[in-house]
Amino acid sequence: MNSRFRQPSILPGFGLTLGFSTFFLCALVLIPLTALVMKAGSMGWRDFLGVLFDPRVLASFRLSFGASFLAALINSVFGFVIAWTLVRYEFPGRKLIDALIDMPFALPTAVSGIALTAVFAQNGWIGQHLAPFGIKVAYTWIGVVVALTLIGLPFVVRSIQPALIEVQRDLEDAAETLGAGRFTIFRRIILPTVLPALLTGFTMAFARGVGEYGSVIFIAGNLPMKTEIAPLLIVIKLEQFDYAGAAAIGFLMLVISFVMLLSINLLQTWGRRRLVAAGR
Amino acid sequence: MAGGPSKALLAELASRPGRDSVTSSLIKGAFIGVSLLFLAALLFAPLITVFASALAKGYKLYFESFLDADTLAAIRLTLFTAAVVVPINTVFGVAAAWAIAKFEFKGKSILITLIDLPIAVSPVISGLIYVLLFGMQGWFGLWLQDHDISIIFALPGIVLATMFVTFPYVARELIPLMQQLGNDEEEAAITLGAGGLMTFFHVTLPKIRWGLLYGVILCNARAMGEFGAVSVVSGHIRGLTTTMPLHVEILYNEYNFVGAFAVASLLTLLAVVTLIIKTLVEWRTGYSKH
Repeated sequence: MNSRFRQPSILPGFGLTLGFSTFFLCALVLIPLTALVMKAGSMGWRDFLGVLFDPRVLASFRLSFGASFLAALINSVFGFVIAWTLVRYEFPGRKLIDALIDMPFALPTAVSGIALTAVFAQNGWIGQHLAPFGIKVAYTWIGVVVALTLIGLPFVVRSIQPALIEVQRDLEDAAETLGAGRFTIFRRIILPTVLPALLTGFTMAFARGVGEYGSVIFIAGNLPMKTEIAPLLIVIKLEQFDYAGAAAIGFLMLVISFVMLLSINLLQTWGRRRLVAAGR
Repeated sequence: MAGGPSKALLAELASRPGRDSVTSSLIKGAFIGVSLLFLAALLFAPLITVFASALAKGYKLYFESFLDADTLAAIRLTLFTAAVVVPINTVFGVAAAWAIAKFEFKGKSILITLIDLPIAVSPVISGLIYVLLFGMQGWFGLWLQDHDISIIFALPGIVLATMFVTFPYVARELIPLMQQLGNDEEEAAITLGAGGLMTFFHVTLPKIRWGLLYGVILCNARAMGEFGAVSVVSGHIRGLTTTMPLHVEILYNEYNFVGAFAVASLLTLLAVVTLIIKTLVEWRTGYSKH
């Protein structure tokens, strides 16, 4: 049976395990997501666009995308520096720091949210040193960027690290012997090797940032039109029992997640193909 | 660990002529300095703040905050939810990994993408979809009301939303590991007459147990710490439908900072333990999933 659908194997359990996982996937993930799509689809264009072009909703999307983009950009720079430090240098505590990079991933988002707010509030450890310069982080859009930077950091670092290990040292040495400066070596050898991984990490951090909720709502202050993120507007609409409005925003965010997931897959395929092409 | 420089390589690099070493060590210092400063501000300071704020008014008050009835109820609810969700998702993860890693079939990459979906979706949407299904105006809302079953703003909704969010973790950990290990030993066992279950428990399981352990631990950490999805379906009924992360929010919004950070400190310890186990598993297997 299934001879065309799958290649023959003497191992048992294909039907059982595939059947169970597909059933579970459908029941838990696909059918509920269909409910969201159908709810949004039942609205009609006018209502659907009416929700999305509401100035408050537009402002929240602008903040969610803008802050996520900025955070992913900051992470690309500092994530590269951290990955480079962890891969290339030996120093006391390196292994500990390497292990701690995953912290934002393991830490519940509500905890990172209240902890960041405490640190960056005007009387906080860091906030009090920024206040004299007139920089307010907590309860402004800067706070949103800070929270999203923390959340996105492991994605960028963990994406770049293996790619940096792949960079061929002998190429760097050869370039150096031929008289290339540090910057040329970085631009011509290191950056091209790491670029697909860097873009993958950037996209992952960006995608995660757009959907992030728990760590942001504490530090954002949640002022309408100013510091409300898009996921928060879904929660607000649900609290007002405006299911259709919540579904419309949710549907748009779901489509965006799909596009992101697709781009991440394409970027990873591109990166693998380049490694193969380079004979590695 | 994501492989630092080996001792031999470092010795070789040190013995190499060329590069002006003062500039090199300046660059090295700058990279390490910038990394540490960035992590200190963004990661270490918040982590220390959790414990500093929890203990701000002394140990006595810290420990007393765990005696509060609502806090205890939140801890119980979180433990219960994890106890339901983690075993189910473990069974799913092992089944999905077996089907995907051991067999070649059409549509496999689509299946892998769909398994990853809950990670890409905003946690708020993970809660929203169950409200649209089981909420008052949802697909099954009226039917559930007629039969006096509550899912949203009740325990089943919390369990469902948590299950959705933590659904991919065991499978994601096992699939690359099992693909890397190959099928040879399982095929040998089957050829020699072992049954499917016997092959799994005596051949496959010993090989994947460390990866499985980490997948389960990560799934558990995420289940206990989930905020957004659970927040949407919970209804925030104090002492009844608040998990630990939701209870942190309630205490924080009531300006009970010692209480909020005390519960947060438990969740932070959970994350620390998770990372320690991850590190141990990676040392144990010498296998790194990056």
